[in-house]
Amino acid sequence: MRDVHIDRLVDIVGERRCLWRPHQVKAYACDGYTAEEGLPRAVVFPETTDEVSRICRYLYENDIPYLPRGAGTGLSGGATPTGGEVVISLARMNKLLAVDFDNLRAVVQPGLVNLTLTRRVAHADCYYAPDPSSQSVCTIGGNFAENAGGSHCLKYGVTTNHVVAAKVVLPDGDVIDVGAPFGDAPGYDLLGLLVGSEGTLGIATEITVRILKKPQALRTALAYFDRVADASDTVTDIIGAGIIPAAIEMMDQLAMQAVDKSNYHVGYPTDIEAVLLIEVDGLAAGVDEVMARVVDICRRHRVREVRVAQSDAERALWWSSRKMAFGAMGRISPDYIVQDGVIPRTRLTEVLQKIDEVSRRYGLRIANVFHAGDGNLHPLILYDSRVPGEAERAVRAGSEVLRACVDAGGSITGEHGVGIEKIGEMTYMFSEDEIDAQRAVKSCFDPKGIVNAGKLIPLPGRCVEVKRAREIIEENWQILNSFPDQASVQVRGAFAQEPGREASTSAQG
Amino acid sequence: MVNEPTAVAEKRSDFRFPDAPEEEKYSVCVHCGFCLEVCPTYQAWGDENHSPRGRVYLIKACAEGELPLDDSVIDPVFTCLDCRACETVCPSGVQVGALVEEARGQVFYARDAEGKRDPIMRFFLRGVFPRPARLRAIRRLMRFYQRSGLRRLARATGMLNVLPAQMREMEDVIPDIGRGPAIDVLPETMAPKGEKKATAALFTGCVMDVFFSDVNEATARVLVRNGVEVRVPKGQLCCGALQVHAGDRDMARVMAKRNIEVFEQSGADYIAINAAGCGAALKEYPELFRDDPAWRDRAVQFSSRVRDISQLLVEVGFDPPKAELPMTVTYHDACHLCHAQKIRYEPRSLLKSVPGLTLREMPDSDRCCGSAGIYNLTHPAMANELLERKMDDVPAGVEAIVMGNPGCMMQIRLGVKRRNQPLRVMHTVEVLDLAYQREGSR
Ligand SMILES: Cc1cc2nc3c(=O)[nH]c(=O)nc-3n(C[C@H](O)[C@H](O)[C@H](O)COP(=O)(O)OP(=O)(O)OC[C@H]3O[C@@H](n4cnc5c(N)ncnc54)[C@H](O)[C@@H]3O)c2cc1C
Ligand code: SF4
Ligand code: SF4
Repeated sequence: MRDVHIDRLVDIVGERRCLWRPHQVKAYACDGYTAEEGLPRAVVFPETTDEVSRICRYLYENDIPYLPRGAGTGLSGGATPTGGEVVISLARMNKLLAVDFDNLRAVVQPGLVNLTLTRRVAHADCYYAPDPSSQSVCTIGGNFAENAGGSHCLKYGVTTNHVVAAKVVLPDGDVIDVGAPFGDAPGYDLLGLLVGSEGTLGIATEITVRILKKPQALRTALAYFDRVADASDTVTDIIGAGIIPAAIEMMDQLAMQAVDKSNYHVGYPTDIEAVLLIEVDGLAAGVDEVMARVVDICRRHRVREVRVAQSDAERALWWSSRKMAFGAMGRISPDYIVQDGVIPRTRLTEVLQKIDEVSRRYGLRIANVFHAGDGNLHPLILYDSRVPGEAERAVRAGSEVLRACVDAGGSITGEHGVGIEKIGEMTYMFSEDEIDAQRAVKSCFDPKGIVNAGKLIPLPGRCVEVKRAREIIEENWQILNSFPDQASVQVRGAFAQEPGREASTSAQG
Repeated sequence: MVNEPTAVAEKRSDFRFPDAPEEEKYSVCVHCGFCLEVCPTYQAWGDENHSPRGRVYLIKACAEGELPLDDSVIDPVFTCLDCRACETVCPSGVQVGALVEEARGQVFYARDAEGKRDPIMRFFLRGVFPRPARLRAIRRLMRFYQRSGLRRLARATGMLNVLPAQMREMEDVIPDIGRGPAIDVLPETMAPKGEKKATAALFTGCVMDVFFSDVNEATARVLVRNGVEVRVPKGQLCCGALQVHAGDRDMARVMAKRNIEVFEQSGADYIAINAAGCGAALKEYPELFRDDPAWRDRAVQFSSRVRDISQLLVEVGFDPPKAELPMTVTYHDACHLCHAQKIRYEPRSLLKSVPGLTLREMPDSDRCCGSAGIYNLTHPAMANELLERKMDDVPAGVEAIVMGNPGCMMQIRLGVKRRNQPLRVMHTVEVLDLAYQREGSR
């Protein structure tokens, strides 16, 4: 059962940090995107850059596919094996290596949890700005790979604006340093390329980030709107008035219902269409005035009620309610897919109508939670995987929603990445030549195409081949599913609409 | 072969016994991962198998016939502390604790069916805890052992070295056993002082009454002092939490039925309990009878009257002590109080009502101390790691660590002893009792 490759991995990390029995690795069959699963060949838990490098070198030399994994909260299947990869879990590399408070820099291992960094520098009035809703669990390495965003990215920017340097293990095991802790590194912007590359070009094992001084003061408001259109006009007007809030978040009625059923109950009115959570920050002297102007703009757009938080506890509850919204979907639906489309802010109302129309046509409920200030939508498509055909319908509905975003002049992902989930839409968004250029980059780093293959960049891109391969797989996926061995692909019938994955399955097949 | 029914359809669940983990419970998990970072076992190992999300996923996989009920499921399920920290954060409301307990039940029955039962475990679960007479005998033996010099002798001769290290250490921190269990010592009814506000039947518990009968007596005094008539139903049994945690659900049901009957007969408005683990178990009795409508209704009735002592005092209204008790303490949130019963505010408000007492909060006060029933005996390495972290968090300058659960009290006594610190380990109600006693001596 245990093959020689496992023995070699065990030589590097030791017995206790290597899982390889098929049943032991089952828990690693998917990440936060549950519509597809695949069993890894093994899971290893390195603790140093050197170990990561030795693991990668060995796997690369022996043509064994592998992929990195942080906390597995990714929503697009980036850390999901397609079958037979070795998963390199970075969860144990979770140290804060150094902090330079004077120059506002921190050096972290990739497995450090985002919010933990903020907690560990809070005593010096500092924090780490990018704050995905999953910040209490997701890792900085995962953020690096996904170029994660968050509620406060409207004003402060996404991960790439906060990472200044990194140590990266390349697919063949070589270790390089990219970026520069201060100033701009000359030459190609490899750091820029690596951030957001979804673990397909290398594994970050040390990351240097900016930390920021906490703003002197904050004000947070909650505004209830009878109509979505009024809420979205409010967003546009606030920004139009030259105010850059720290965050503007929106939730629709269905999302409100889900969180209100959870431990993070706010008590939203049941007859409003939208709620906005608006935060402004800055010098103590100015925030009240800015907040007053925000409230005034809300009133001009027929807000039903607008409240400014009176205590830290109240503000914290409002924020948890927003941040837990995805997770609370379990209160109203057994499964969901979160989409992550971006649109120009001004077209919000129109795109939301389209989403509503898709929802009706597919007979699936869609809840909406989003970073309204950035025009970054998160339609949550609710489905029940136990109902035959519903998962496939959800995947198709999601795809339509993304296409609507592209058609409105936006993009298929704002922050969650492409992963396996949206790989099909890449060809909708980009021309063949554009994808070819990306493919060329990938093959520079990973000529064998074995590192997190089948994610992000569709391979082989020829449309006809992809289509044919998809048909073959669709016809046969049930047979694949019935293979008891660990290399088989477990799919919950979600192959439809997803060209590109074939490459990886057949590569491992 | 292509058109044959797929293997998926043929897969059979390995949960073959009654009370299997329910689909409504595991299907609620949306795999978001919010629970990972609060889970002590995931924090320690970073292994998805030992995270709440992983456990739920494996239970689901087993229920759906994708995994056999082998070590891949059993290890994760038994390494769970059942601390419920995951339930506090989970936005979807997944009942991880109940799922884990149900899965353990399947393991217990499967082992039984294969004749692979663990005799020691079985002896305690079936032979000791459900039997008051044997509990009393053990208690007497222990007391005799402690007083007769046998203890000194045993220590001196190294006789104890035959015990595993963890148990040996535990022996050392067992509190001095008082004159008799509260269930025998206390009268059947105690009249309230002043105007009667309510009646409460005291749940004396098993371990609580063997090792901490003082706390039971203190509880009765504090209730009486606050206008509550106290009844002590003599026919009660241990709550059955240990059986549930170990998977022996049948025995747990036998015990629960007896308790429900006895406390129904007591006619009290409330059932007062001072052990967090038992309190949670009593409140979860309906879960045990989910397939038995008649008993479920009675269990629901019963559970609705159960109150942790701190909760009860706040609910009926308590008198703040009048005498000063100059003391600096910190409070440890027992998992089964804060996560399972959502009781955080009440014990603190009792402590804060004591004049002269300073409450200094410790960081992560609601992280499990590693006691978790008999977890510190079954999984000593993990338990010790958690205990070390707990002791590291105790703020400087406090004189006592206060909490509301006997298991935690034993565990933390062990931590105090190891570090040789001048710290008292007290139950919340003992602090209050002490303050009331000072009133009298003014
Ligand atoms: C409830 C919920 C809310 C979310 N909200 C947001 C949000 O507001 N904004 C947002 O941007 N995202 C959000 N996400 C998505 C997800 O949390 C982020 O993408 C996060 O960055 C993933 O981090 P992780 O540690 O879980 O990475 P994983 O999911 O483990 O991995 C993600 C990808 O990164 C790669 N990877 C991991 N570590 C490394 C490394 N060290 N080097 C190279 N590649 C690596 C993996 O191979 C994979 O492709 C949310 C997710 C959930 C479940
Ligand atoms: S148990 Fe709850 S918090 Fe954990 S993954 Fe499932 S839904 Fe999320
Ligand atoms: S009960 Fe505690 S140990 Fe068990 S899964 Fe939940 S958080 Fe982890």
